Amino acid sequence: MSVETVAPAEADASARPMDLLRFATAGSVDDGKSTLIGRLLYDTKSLFTDQLAAVEAVSAARGDEYTNLALLTDGLRAEREQGITIDVAYRYFATPRRKFIIADTPGHIQYTRNMVTGASTADLALILVDARKGLVEQSRRHAFLCSLLRVPHLVLCVNKMDLVDWSQEVFEQIADEFTAFAAKLDVPDLTVVPISALQGDNIVTRSENMPWYEGPSLLHHLERVHIASDRNLVDVRFPVQYVIRPQSTTVTDYRGYAGQVASGVLKAGDEVMVLPSGFTSRIASVETADGPVDEAFPPMSVTVRLADEIDISRGDMICRPNNAPTVAQDIEAMICWMDETRPLQVGGKYAIKHTTRSARAIVRGLHYRLDVNSLHRDETAGELKLNEIGRVRLRTTVPLLADEYRRNRTTGGFVIIDEATNRTVGAGMIVEAG
Amino acid sequence: MTAPAAYQVSHLDALEAESIFVMREVVAEMERPVLLFSGGKDSIVMLRLAQKAFAPANIPFPVMHVDTGHNFPEVLEYRDQRVAELGLQLIVASVPEALAKGLVRESADGMRNRIQTPVLLDAVEKHRFDALFGGARRDEEKARAKERVFSFRDEFGQWDPKNQRPELWSLYNGRHHPGESIRVFPLSNWTELDVWHYIARERIPLPSIYYAHQREVIERDGMLYAVNEFFRGRAGEQPFKAQVRYRTVGDASCTAAVRSDADTVEKVIEEVAATRITERGATRGDDRVSEAAMEDRKREGYF
Repeated sequence: MSVETVAPAEADASARPMDLLRFATAGSVDDGKSTLIGRLLYDTKSLFTDQLAAVEAVSAARGDEYTNLALLTDGLRAEREQGITIDVAYRYFATPRRKFIIADTPGHIQYTRNMVTGASTADLALILVDARKGLVEQSRRHAFLCSLLRVPHLVLCVNKMDLVDWSQEVFEQIADEFTAFAAKLDVPDLTVVPISALQGDNIVTRSENMPWYEGPSLLHHLERVHIASDRNLVDVRFPVQYVIRPQSTTVTDYRGYAGQVASGVLKAGDEVMVLPSGFTSRIASVETADGPVDEAFPPMSVTVRLADEIDISRGDMICRPNNAPTVAQDIEAMICWMDETRPLQVGGKYAIKHTTRSARAIVRGLHYRLDVNSLHRDETAGELKLNEIGRVRLRTTVPLLADEYRRNRTTGGFVIIDEATNRTVGAGMIVEAG
Repeated sequence: MTAPAAYQVSHLDALEAESIFVMREVVAEMERPVLLFSGGKDSIVMLRLAQKAFAPANIPFPVMHVDTGHNFPEVLEYRDQRVAELGLQLIVASVPEALAKGLVRESADGMRNRIQTPVLLDAVEKHRFDALFGGARRDEEKARAKERVFSFRDEFGQWDPKNQRPELWSLYNGRHHPGESIRVFPLSNWTELDVWHYIARERIPLPSIYYAHQREVIERDGMLYAVNEFFRGRAGEQPFKAQVRYRTVGDASCTAAVRSDADTVEKVIEEVAATRITERGATRGDDRVSEAAMEDRKREGYF
């Protein structure tokens, strides 16, 4: 691997604070995903010499022909022994503009669970294809899962361009085919980049081998993709996490509602409504440990104080009287099942966690199971097994304060927990409430 | 926090908000949390985040120090001072006491890293803690890169890496049966550099050994170990004076120093930004045992 360095901090980098981009990568070793991640870490000086030396030593001992960068992320004993990636690995790197968190997920169908997990928090997803092979079933599945999880930005990297003579024609054919497929899904923003992860083309700097490509390098795109507008700043949603009431002689009569802003902007003086009670009040102040703030917005963790004393506890939601989530016990949702031991079945009872609220739920119906490769809906399906996705109807013991997932990833997503084993067995995305 | 018109937050603010959310989630849902406090920089940052999460109330849980008996005096002094300032309850799980009672036996190499685990698990059982905050970060080590923020432990304190709960969005599953527990890592997404930037921004005092000072050391396996009552040179090892600082603070018998002139937080940030070796790789003899040394220890119930 050649040594390249990142351009020094640009003049404007110091003027704005460094922000945070979370992205998920999907693919298998064959697509060159590990090489790409290794390259990004190496070229941004985020890969350390002792890590590289350890990987080189293990690679050499195993008789690998080249340094197997997959070993950087395959950290578990079982993964190294079996040469497979089992679980999501988190990696970190930074440039002067941004800090990046990579959720590196294995690509095969049996790991749909992991890809869904990685995509749930991602601002951007990166899908790799091998230029020689073009789109395969796996690429379409990954694109579908990204759209299901509402990842706002998608990047298709057409890798191994060196092996197709840097051909513009090959690239454009793959890009066109993928763009046409993505149009059928809900993909708000798609970028396609021709790269060679092995040789470093279009990773940090623009490739000299592909003068026909006029777009940015991958890192340039990752550094500049506009994510600020992805957050919902319209619908005020503040799930109450914890009530702060100091038992102290110096601070008396203090009652604050602690939580993380899910969406919208909160400020002192705003009229608010508290659900599920429906009581209204006014925000007296929005506070942090460092003092009051003028406004709170996602992802800030703050404490909200209200003008009136009303009964509020964990699991309640502060919103606006004219813009509130649906208070509902009947929920229509897409479910990704994650349990290998027992399938989801109609009539099954589970615990669910939605925002800071917990409830029990019964599965009232399974409308269909979705084939993640063909998008075919099987309406005869009677259950969902591990890694299967379907649309279900749930009835909950207490009302959820719910939004559609497509409008709000925080108040539209929930997890399903098996009450006997306490394991997380499913992920839900609300399609319709009420 | 600063609130620019564009409604954007810096990466440090985003990390801080996430960590505070995690800590509040634990206190809201778990019965008996405790914060593992070693006097190292990560647990010090965690303590600051706990202060912020529950202000103006006090931190609503005790702190626990697993004391190997091999301590840097500067760190013990710092620990006691910090605990007194914050009015916290300090629980010391003592390895020397466990040795005296015969609960554990000294390992052949004299390192106490591994025998901390039974002492920790014993204290967890005695105090019936069901949630333990740890300062571990995913960038530290490859097994940790795959560990959840809420990491389930069975009744033997064991981690099963192949049987972890999926963790989606910010929905953490802390459910457990009696005797089981959850290790919680609020700093999972922080890097060493993030921690130092935060220490600078928040002006958090640290034990003095984190900054450059003169110390008598011995070089072994390419690492610099301080000469003290727990670490004496073998035949042929020549102690010498060097300008060093500690990048990590652990057991004084297996934590090494690095050569450094960084005597201020700004200089440390410069040094950490430029370094090409991971902090555990540079300073921890205990991780050098094998490829999967950390995973193996975590399976046994290590931090």
